[in-house]
Amino acid sequence: MSTRLASHGRLINRAHAVTFTFNGRVMNGFEGDTLAASLLANDQMLMGRSFKYHRPRGVVASGGEEPNALINLGVEGHFEPNARATTTETFNGLTAASQNHFPTLEFDVAAINSKVARFLPAGFYYKMFIHPRSFWKHVYEPIIRKSAGLGKAPKARDADKYEHFYHFCEVMVVGGGIAGLQAAKTAAATGVRVLLVEQTAHWGGRAPVDGVRIEGMPAEEWIAATLADLAVRNNVVIRNRTQGSGVYDHGYALAYERISDHTPGDGRPRHRLWRVRCKQIVTATGAIERPLSFAGNDIPGVMLAAAVRDYVVNFGVSPGDRTVVVTNNDDAYRTALTLKQAGLEVPVILDARAEGGGILMAEALAAGIRVELGRGIAQVLGGKRVTGVQICAQAGEGSVLEEIACDVVAMSGGWSPVVHLWSHCGGKLIWDLDQAMFRPDPNQPPLGADGAGFVRVVGLANGHLRSAAALADAAAQGAAAAKAAGGKAKKTAVAKGEDAEELPLAPVWLMPQGASYKLRSKAWLDFQNDVKVSDVQLAAQEGFESVEHAKRYTTLGMATDQGKLSNINGLAILSKALNVDIPDVGTTTFRPPYTPISMASLAGEARGELFQPIRKTPMHDWHDSHGADWEPVAGWRRTYAYLQPGESVHQAVQREVINTREKLGLLDASTLGKIVVKGPDAGKFLDMMYTNMMSNLKPGRCRYGLMCSENGFLFDDGVVARIDEQTWLCHTTSGGADRIHAHMEEWLQTEWWDWNVWVVNITEQLAQVGVVGPNARKLLEKLGGMDVSAETLPFMAWADGEIGGFACRAYRISFSGELSYEIAVPANRGLEFWEMLMEAGAEFGVMPYGTECLHIMRAEKGFIMIGDETDGTVIPQDLGLNWAISKKKDDFLGKRAQQRSFMDNPDRWQLVGLETLDGSELEDGAYAIAVGTNANGQTNTEGRVTSTYHSPTMGRGIAMGLVHNGPARMGEVLSFTKIGAAPVKAKIVSQVFYDPEGEKPNV
Amino acid sequence: MKRNSVFAVAREAMRQHSGWRRTWGNPEPKKLYDVIIIGAGGHGLATAYYLGKNFGITNVAVIEKGWLGGGNTGRNTTIIRSNYLQDPSAAIYEKARSLYEDLSQDLNYNVMFSPRGVMMLAQTQHEIRGYQRTAHANSLQGVKTEFISPARVKELCPIMNIDGPRYPVLGALWQARGGSARHDAVAWGYARACSDMGMHILQKTEVTGITQQAGMVTGVDTSRGHIGCKKLGMVVAGHASAVAEMAGFQLPIESVPLQALVSEPIKPCMDVVVMANTVHGYMSQSDKGEMVIGGGTDAYNAYTQRGSFHHLEETVRALIETFPMVSRLKMLRHWGGIVDVTGDRSPILSKTPLGNTFINCGWGTGGFKAIPGSGWGFAELMAKGESPLTAEFGLDRFRAGRFIDESVAAGVAH
Amino acid sequence: MLILNCPYCGREKDETELAAGGEAHLKRFGPGSSDQDFEGYLFDRANPKGLHFERWRCAAGCGKWFHAARCTATLEVFGTYKAQTLEPPKTIRDAITAKRPGWSWRNFS
Repeated sequence: MSTRLASHGRLINRAHAVTFTFNGRVMNGFEGDTLAASLLANDQMLMGRSFKYHRPRGVVASGGEEPNALINLGVEGHFEPNARATTTETFNGLTAASQNHFPTLEFDVAAINSKVARFLPAGFYYKMFIHPRSFWKHVYEPIIRKSAGLGKAPKARDADKYEHFYHFCEVMVVGGGIAGLQAAKTAAATGVRVLLVEQTAHWGGRAPVDGVRIEGMPAEEWIAATLADLAVRNNVVIRNRTQGSGVYDHGYALAYERISDHTPGDGRPRHRLWRVRCKQIVTATGAIERPLSFAGNDIPGVMLAAAVRDYVVNFGVSPGDRTVVVTNNDDAYRTALTLKQAGLEVPVILDARAEGGGILMAEALAAGIRVELGRGIAQVLGGKRVTGVQICAQAGEGSVLEEIACDVVAMSGGWSPVVHLWSHCGGKLIWDLDQAMFRPDPNQPPLGADGAGFVRVVGLANGHLRSAAALADAAAQGAAAAKAAGGKAKKTAVAKGEDAEELPLAPVWLMPQGASYKLRSKAWLDFQNDVKVSDVQLAAQEGFESVEHAKRYTTLGMATDQGKLSNINGLAILSKALNVDIPDVGTTTFRPPYTPISMASLAGEARGELFQPIRKTPMHDWHDSHGADWEPVAGWRRTYAYLQPGESVHQAVQREVINTREKLGLLDASTLGKIVVKGPDAGKFLDMMYTNMMSNLKPGRCRYGLMCSENGFLFDDGVVARIDEQTWLCHTTSGGADRIHAHMEEWLQTEWWDWNVWVVNITEQLAQVGVVGPNARKLLEKLGGMDVSAETLPFMAWADGEIGGFACRAYRISFSGELSYEIAVPANRGLEFWEMLMEAGAEFGVMPYGTECLHIMRAEKGFIMIGDETDGTVIPQDLGLNWAISKKKDDFLGKRAQQRSFMDNPDRWQLVGLETLDGSELEDGAYAIAVGTNANGQTNTEGRVTSTYHSPTMGRGIAMGLVHNGPARMGEVLSFTKIGAAPVKAKIVSQVFYDPEGEKPNV
Repeated sequence: MKRNSVFAVAREAMRQHSGWRRTWGNPEPKKLYDVIIIGAGGHGLATAYYLGKNFGITNVAVIEKGWLGGGNTGRNTTIIRSNYLQDPSAAIYEKARSLYEDLSQDLNYNVMFSPRGVMMLAQTQHEIRGYQRTAHANSLQGVKTEFISPARVKELCPIMNIDGPRYPVLGALWQARGGSARHDAVAWGYARACSDMGMHILQKTEVTGITQQAGMVTGVDTSRGHIGCKKLGMVVAGHASAVAEMAGFQLPIESVPLQALVSEPIKPCMDVVVMANTVHGYMSQSDKGEMVIGGGTDAYNAYTQRGSFHHLEETVRALIETFPMVSRLKMLRHWGGIVDVTGDRSPILSKTPLGNTFINCGWGTGGFKAIPGSGWGFAELMAKGESPLTAEFGLDRFRAGRFIDESVAAGVAH
Repeated sequence: MLILNCPYCGREKDETELAAGGEAHLKRFGPGSSDQDFEGYLFDRANPKGLHFERWRCAAGCGKWFHAARCTATLEVFGTYKAQTLEPPKTIRDAITAKRPGWSWRNFS
């Protein structure tokens, strides 16, 4: 059984006990524990179930590479699925539950999958479940989906906070082990700004556990001294619980800080995403121990050798009483020595190397530990917990030489450098034959903006497994990084590391090397996804020779650990099966993040109110308190209609139309774009921007203008007012202001840069109110000020003046077909002005109206709306707007495009009005059905509805649409689609339904 | 080739799966083929398959620089739908969708087509009108779609927040027979079937030049020597411009990164595919349990198969607004592909200035769903010189100003 | 996440402060031009895997358009320059030559 030791435990605070629950059971731990350590201390080795076969799973590692010990953590708004017990710090009140089983962790009915595993080899689903067709969606897939997945789906809304940091520095060092500390220290000495991050709560990495001495002192002392040195430097920022998660182009990096995962509810944000800009990145990310591939290596109790030692040394936890160590290298002997020293039994060390190891082996023998050379494990015995091992010759096929009882197997297949960050942006790897590992190829680094490498890898991660070499490497590259980032070269001493000499490992990719199919089909590569040696061999046999094919076919390395434990072992098996060298098989691509990071941290604070903040006009709050039913328009909210008590939206809209046509309406038009174009060449410029002529517009007058893209399509419209000889003011659509402003700047700067024109977007400087209806003039005259008579301010004129004491600019323009003024006042006086109009207008029947009323009134007049009559495929000629296309101009944007064969063709769909024969409304987007079908069997069409409304003015449905040669077909009746019903007949009519002579606005 | 079935798997289980053969061959190139297809992605392999199946042309080589299915076929978010607005698009995507329905049976390889339903959310009045228009168009195009209410949206996808506040869900365009499939299996299934017909799939073979005589292509220079052909099809997605340049012409194409990400797997919580175009994000849940999430493209040209991180932030924000539970999940992995975007965001399936050479490219962000229809139409174009499915997708449309613009309804074209 | 130096601001700008504008040095063809020229101007793109002359706008900064010479395969930036020019200036061409001898673009090399 696993239990808490009385000794050891450098990271725990025995004075601070904490209680937590696992599957409802109350357990105890200590501050400083990881959850995995706490669980082991409570004899809870079984922590989860595997993905495919639902086999029992115990913890195998002690860090971020853990594939098995994943739990449902927390409750409700603090719930997190798939939390790794090895990187979750235990806190008082923690709630954990195991995953992926039914009904319980101990008894999982889906474990039957394991019994029929031989029918479920790699890729079985591609070969089965083919017939009958409907069974995949309705029978097979639901079963597969139900048994897949791991943690529960969160239900409650996230109750935590998140934030982003921007950080700028010259050198970012990732990893707070001894190499990272040394690199940071060396870089910092040159004076450059250094950021040092460490993903765990602790500094120093493996060195204190492995008994490394530095500068003659225990590593722990050197680590504390170095940290203290760094902490007082004001050019250094250090953060623990912060992972360097991703490296991106041009020196961008992500760091993921878990601020309060271990202190929930203390008011601090849960996670913080650091968006780092630096010149150089030094990764000191260490190495990950590899499992060995032998039968039964997935049974709970089989662990990585270094992890076993971590639990003892760091947490004072014994994973078991009797541990068999199996290894191909010297390092695992440290585990045996540690266990022995803690008073635990090590019945045997199985060293697959025929010659065995060096000093450490001698120490083990001296400690009285039995060592067997050239031996391996044929098979592990046990179900939900290891009960023993069968020993065999590594060179053989698995004949059992001896059975040894034990409850833990500590395995070590060597070490793989953590090269992820190096690879994120394209750094390449080389195969180190002697150490049987991929390490960074210094000649092929990821390249920065200047074409030079910007990432360096140091220490273990660079293949230096001994502390002396790792520290020297870190110092040299820390200095080089600082220099490349602009630091002044400065000699700093390199700390001297000491640890035991080691003999080389012997690569062992399969144990025993001649293992039978029966053993190979029980030798796990990917513990979480249930990929075995036999699966990768089957993939190779079936032609999945590329490493990417083999990965995707078997799902090797696609689990939540992204192959941190399984990739190299899988590659080796694949290369052997294909009879090529490991480097020739290649690696899969390492993708960010290094370990999974919370989605919430990506979003940061931009959620709820701060997710795309709403743009508000000066009158926004007034609308809100007067029944506004809102509609999102570009970044704004506009009032769709103002609801009076008891009204439906439809009723409100109908009322607003009638009131405006009969009395007086107010429209908040502030969102309309307003762009000032000024300069000696402004007229010439606007003649290029608009299809019609703007240079000959007289000061004091307005003109409706159309804008086309260079590709010929109509994309914005609005009224242009000429202010003075050199100044024009261009109105755009609400959504178009920023776009049109940018469009004008682009042409001015990149094509006609010698033209003397300035363009300024003043949209938000002004509040603009439409005063619309037969009583409009009466209201303005009552308020007093400027002369707004038909004589002084005729239709399509504008004037500056004062109304009711407000300095303003008044335009006599109309989008409604009524007598109408649009009046602009400074934005900060907009609300006041609006309220004055509302109050003074009461006697004239004033009511505010919204966008839908605006739409109906313009449709009754046959005015087009950008986005309704246009959709990016429509040219002005389609809309009967030829009158607005100047024939006098040699050139304007879109002119050449409109001369192309498909556009310069009268045989197009063109704008008309439509009236149903029965007075009903046509449906939005309905198509006119033509005779026959096309070559693809689709029903032919001859038109479509672009706008359709119930017109309260006409008392019937009215519509506009684009119809094939429409204007030439007045009076014809077409059939329009109606969803779920018979087609609707509608007659082609003029699109001007109301006041066709245009007398009303011109009074 | 051994037939795949539950019986075959059971039989092999009794003999340690020793009887499974290669899924596709690994042949030496011949000197001359009737047809060479450059690019063994989904579209290239499907083209080869239908050349053989529909036209009996089996002396075909599919040449691939890397590993088959290793480009956008193996990097996309596996959405299949055909609810397009314009007739030519609806025709080819619906052809593809309908072929997907029977593809597992046709190929004797389970591509896991799952018609779980695809919905595109309407979150502005403008989007409502756009999708209603699409529903009308689809009703005449033989594409079964409907515009559904917010209540129905919630019923089909309970984890969705339909109440905003920024963009309340106002309805959705729903295609019940849209869904997803296993992307790798589509490439593998086609490759297996092509290989079975005697076609050569030449992996790790890079085309370095295109040889011509009198306006006709005679073959390709490759890393394994010159290989002759009577007809050539270029189907290389993101690298279309580079291959076209070898043949001496330019394309209306720009190659930009497109990114996607997945969460860690969780138990089933979402049975439909949801696309939210106003906020730019789409999501579905894979059979493994991962939430598969796609976002927008980078704005600059690049061939790096990775994109800029801030796009992912925007995508995830959008999804948290739409699906609040996403906030408590973790991102497992993100990656990028190179998508080839044309001047009107619609694909090119076309003859080229070279008499016997054809090009299939420009699928942009929406290629996976089209694979069977694209292969079907392009094979017909290559075999017969014309196809109703590809007729409107010619290169000549850019000169004439006759575009196929899908952005009008959806805002985005994926 | 690219960084480009805005030649107007004279500062390094993060990609999030910029807006990309596609291929640079396209000659505008207006009324009177041939269909082929107009199509080429509006649609045909070099789209190279390698050296690319391209347009950017310092959108969240000074608002100016500028050009960059950048490799689309490695994302290396050879230099940026003001947009008011019909061709890459000599300093930029020299910078490219220093890094990629033998390069060519249109009539330049």
